[in-house]
Amino acid sequence: MQKTEKNALSLLLNGIIFENPVFVLVLGTCPTLAVTSSVKGALGMGIAALAVLVCSNTVVSLLHKLIPDEVRIPCYIIIIAAFVTVVQMIMQAFMPELYALLGVYLALITVNCIILGRAEMFAGKNGIIESALDGLGMGLGFTLALTLMGTVREVFGNGSFLGMPIGVLQNYKISFLVSPPGGFFVFGALIAIVTALTNGAVNGKRRLTCKACPMSKMCGASGEGITEEDKNGAI
Amino acid sequence: MELFKSLTVILLGSILINNYVLSRFLGICPFLGVSKKTDQAVGMGVSVIFVMFLATAVTWPIQTYVLSEFGLEYLETVVFILVIATLVQLAEITMKKYMPTLHKSLGVYLPLITTNCAILGVTINNISDGYNFIESIVNSLGAGLGFLLAMVLFSSVRSKMEGTNVPKALKGLPVTLFAASIISLAFVGFSGIVDNLWG
Repeated sequence: MQKTEKNALSLLLNGIIFENPVFVLVLGTCPTLAVTSSVKGALGMGIAALAVLVCSNTVVSLLHKLIPDEVRIPCYIIIIAAFVTVVQMIMQAFMPELYALLGVYLALITVNCIILGRAEMFAGKNGIIESALDGLGMGLGFTLALTLMGTVREVFGNGSFLGMPIGVLQNYKISFLVSPPGGFFVFGALIAIVTALTNGAVNGKRRLTCKACPMSKMCGASGEGITEEDKNGAI
Repeated sequence: MELFKSLTVILLGSILINNYVLSRFLGICPFLGVSKKTDQAVGMGVSVIFVMFLATAVTWPIQTYVLSEFGLEYLETVVFILVIATLVQLAEITMKKYMPTLHKSLGVYLPLITTNCAILGVTINNISDGYNFIESIVNSLGAGLGFLLAMVLFSSVRSKMEGTNVPKALKGLPVTLFAASIISLAFVGFSGIVDNLWG
């Protein structure tokens, strides 16, 4: 019993800290940059992705023995798309404001590399409980990272937090931070800070390569045009 | 003439102002991953234009004449991603058989495109912005051209950056993101131009 608890905790922490999908694995960059101009959008996106991730990981780990290996990626995508649709419908019904704020990015959770990546790398090989916990950890890590970015951008860029104005900062807004270029800038700065704080300890993993991409096995042999150096080296 | 004017506004709008990469943040993975060399960037960009065009030409009629007709709009996401994945596979097989030279230069990038959020994004945006068929096609072409433009510009910047000496913590991804930020800032300068294009 003691052992399972320990394992569960390490699985959760793995997603939240050691393999944080945003800052360490650098997956799912599109929503990270797009919806973090406000804390509300960041939280909403994080929780929506968390829900999809837990559900899709669970179902994939239930079904992976039934799904033929050759068509597993399309099957995973359909499972994920189905859960995204469910989340979309729930949000449209109960949180229409957030639904409008997230817009197309909600539907784009379907092609978020984190979710397909975890289905391929974890849920397809592990049991149900581990997969659900892994989904929960990764989802929490994603939510925390997004909220951190959203906080930096909203507090300094708009002088407010969750829409509530912060007295002093209202006079010193840096509106660059809430604009699209500010998204790239804050993301770069946060990654640099994480690297500096950890003395580059996690830097080795932080690579945008073909290997890190969940699709790498699918396109695998067709990677002639991309050189060996690109496959292995950091960007 | 009116039609021409409105189409130019849509085209230039999606190339310059609402650039899919730099201001809507769609397709960031290939933007950061395949922009090391200019020829790769061009290959990826051209493949994206091709698939965007194809995907729009197929998904728009499906949405309008099948899903909306039978009140199945909620299936949009599931159907669109299936259609895109199938199309990419078909395009690759056809290209391999009938255009081997083109397949050699572009084929590599095709499988990578299935999960590129810019493709699904542009097809969904065409529907949610209420474009008709011609407007959708023009919008998807503009989005693709904007992607190509951003990729080529960025790959040139990165080749200049390669030999520079940056602080240890900024090496790799952070400095690349800063460069992307500056390019994106240049595109902010375009805002407002297209709206007043025709007075």
